[in-house]
Amino acid sequence: MELLVASAIGVLTAGGIYLTLRLRTFPVILGVSLLTYAVNVFLFTSGRLTVGAPPILQDGVDVYADPLPQALVLTAIVISFGMTAVVVMIGLGAFLGSDDDHVDDLPGEQSQTNESASESTS
Amino acid sequence: MTHWIVAPIILPALVAPFVVLTARYHIGIQRVLSVAAIVALIAVAASLAWQAADGTTTLYQMSDWAAPFGIVLVADRLSTMMVLLTSVLALFVLLYAIGSGWDDRGRHFHALFQFQLMGIMGAFLTGDLFNLFVFFEVLLIASYGLMIHAGGNARLKAGVQYVLFNLIGSTLFLFALGSLYAETGTLNMADLAQRVALIGPEETVGIRVASVLLLLVFAIKAALVPLHFWLPSSYSEAPAPVAALFAIMTKVGAYAIIRVYTMVFPPELDSTVGLFDVWLLPAALVSLALGMMGVLAAKKLDRLVAFSVIGSMGMVMISISLFTPEGIAAALYYIVHSTLVGATLFLISDLVRTGRANLDLTPQPVIAGNALTAGLYFAAAIAMAGLPPLSGFLGKLLVLDAAYDSALLVWIWAIVLSSSLISILGFARAGSILFWKAHSVEAGEDRDFGVRPSALSYVAVGGLITLLAAHTILAGQVHGYTTKMAAQLFSPEPYISQVLETPGKLSKSKEGDH
Repeated sequence: MELLVASAIGVLTAGGIYLTLRLRTFPVILGVSLLTYAVNVFLFTSGRLTVGAPPILQDGVDVYADPLPQALVLTAIVISFGMTAVVVMIGLGAFLGSDDDHVDDLPGEQSQTNESASESTS
Repeated sequence: MTHWIVAPIILPALVAPFVVLTARYHIGIQRVLSVAAIVALIAVAASLAWQAADGTTTLYQMSDWAAPFGIVLVADRLSTMMVLLTSVLALFVLLYAIGSGWDDRGRHFHALFQFQLMGIMGAFLTGDLFNLFVFFEVLLIASYGLMIHAGGNARLKAGVQYVLFNLIGSTLFLFALGSLYAETGTLNMADLAQRVALIGPEETVGIRVASVLLLLVFAIKAALVPLHFWLPSSYSEAPAPVAALFAIMTKVGAYAIIRVYTMVFPPELDSTVGLFDVWLLPAALVSLALGMMGVLAAKKLDRLVAFSVIGSMGMVMISISLFTPEGIAAALYYIVHSTLVGATLFLISDLVRTGRANLDLTPQPVIAGNALTAGLYFAAAIAMAGLPPLSGFLGKLLVLDAAYDSALLVWIWAIVLSSSLISILGFARAGSILFWKAHSVEAGEDRDFGVRPSALSYVAVGGLITLLAAHTILAGQVHGYTTKMAAQLFSPEPYISQVLETPGKLSKSKEGDH
């Protein structure tokens, strides 16, 4: 199970990082979402992996699940969900306003040089 | 147990929805409520600072649950000073926003402003790392709204970059917290301090990763090179009063570094050896150099100010990364200075903007109120560049003085002094183009002086400069106080025992159970 969860986190993170390094808003937002999924699973595992263990003290039970990471994950999910919604709205506004969804543009005259520089490196 | 500690968080949190619900369409009522809330906030912050001034650490346990199970707020010298600084800065920024009419150019400025304050205050007062994350998110989500206040394409575009960069930063923060929790099983700072010290030297892999990740997160917030890329365009595109308030946000990162790395990962710990002198100090030196070069290279006034903020954060981080009590004391003195002067410069760039077509550093016809604005710019530029007589000079002197024992002494002195020279050149060039060359430009027949900035705007900027002057005149007292603060930070045992040994609900009946 450790191998499965660890590689799931690894694959999600790798995919997320690859997508956040793209130049356009949509893949970057997807990449950030993947990263937040990865971190949610990661937080969940930080309380050790247990199967079928109760989180609350009971008589005659030796193995417990750690309830705190689950609370942390819940908070993290809510926050990342809200943040993703905000960035989608702002990104959509920027795209509809300027008809361009590049993430790396700098405003004004510097945009030209910046764009050519980023294209040469990509 | 006094409940006043929670007031700096609760008060803005109550005022913000109240403003939205009752005064949505009445900008006048919003202004009154907002100013009244901040004046009350200053009163609370001042009394908290007064209470903490003699070295007492006050603890507040949410719902009376004892740490490490409950959430705690802690007010010591450092956090109360930062709370007071934030509330005073917020008052002047708010006065400027009202005076210049910025708050009326979009919806919900005052509500978002209060939420932003709530997040900043919470970040300064919390004694729990996960709550630090939550308050970071509160201040960030409010700052996203403020950042794109009044709209416009360029602003939205810069907003996307800003939000994305901070989202990635938040994700990193969660990774750091996860690995920290996996290693220690707690996220309460005082509890962490005890448990991290118990980890044996051969088992430090996980905790090293966690401490470096955490440092990266705080360095993003503090805009340390090479993690500064979000700052220049977002600060220069944000509305000026918002950018001025954001001057405290980079200091939240510096505060978090000071707080976490004096208490949880003290310098004598094996697991964090080399983190500061090998990594942070060179990065801080590069930040300072790059920021001040950016000042010289900038083609627009608002970008110039943004780069000077990066440079002054570099200065703060140099002083922090020395990691001696003298270094931290100098850093704390410089943090106050840098916050005030950064905010002042952003507000001045907006004063200049009111009379011009844009903020490009090209000669354009004389703006309304040229002489007064130029005078304010002159004072603020002197402070930022670190020339006598203002507090930038004293702050720089303290940093240089604290660096005597560092292995990189030559580098620190060379870079601090030469970057000061570069920034003087940058500010002088910008000032002479903006204010002097304006007289040589022939104004057209249809010359429009533009709107003259209101008196309230000048009062706000003048007030900030007066604070800077006070910070200079009272430098002895302030530095004495920051020295005491650093001493308190470097002996965290009273803080830790205060947090962990104060009994809460149920703790009496539990004693002896296990």
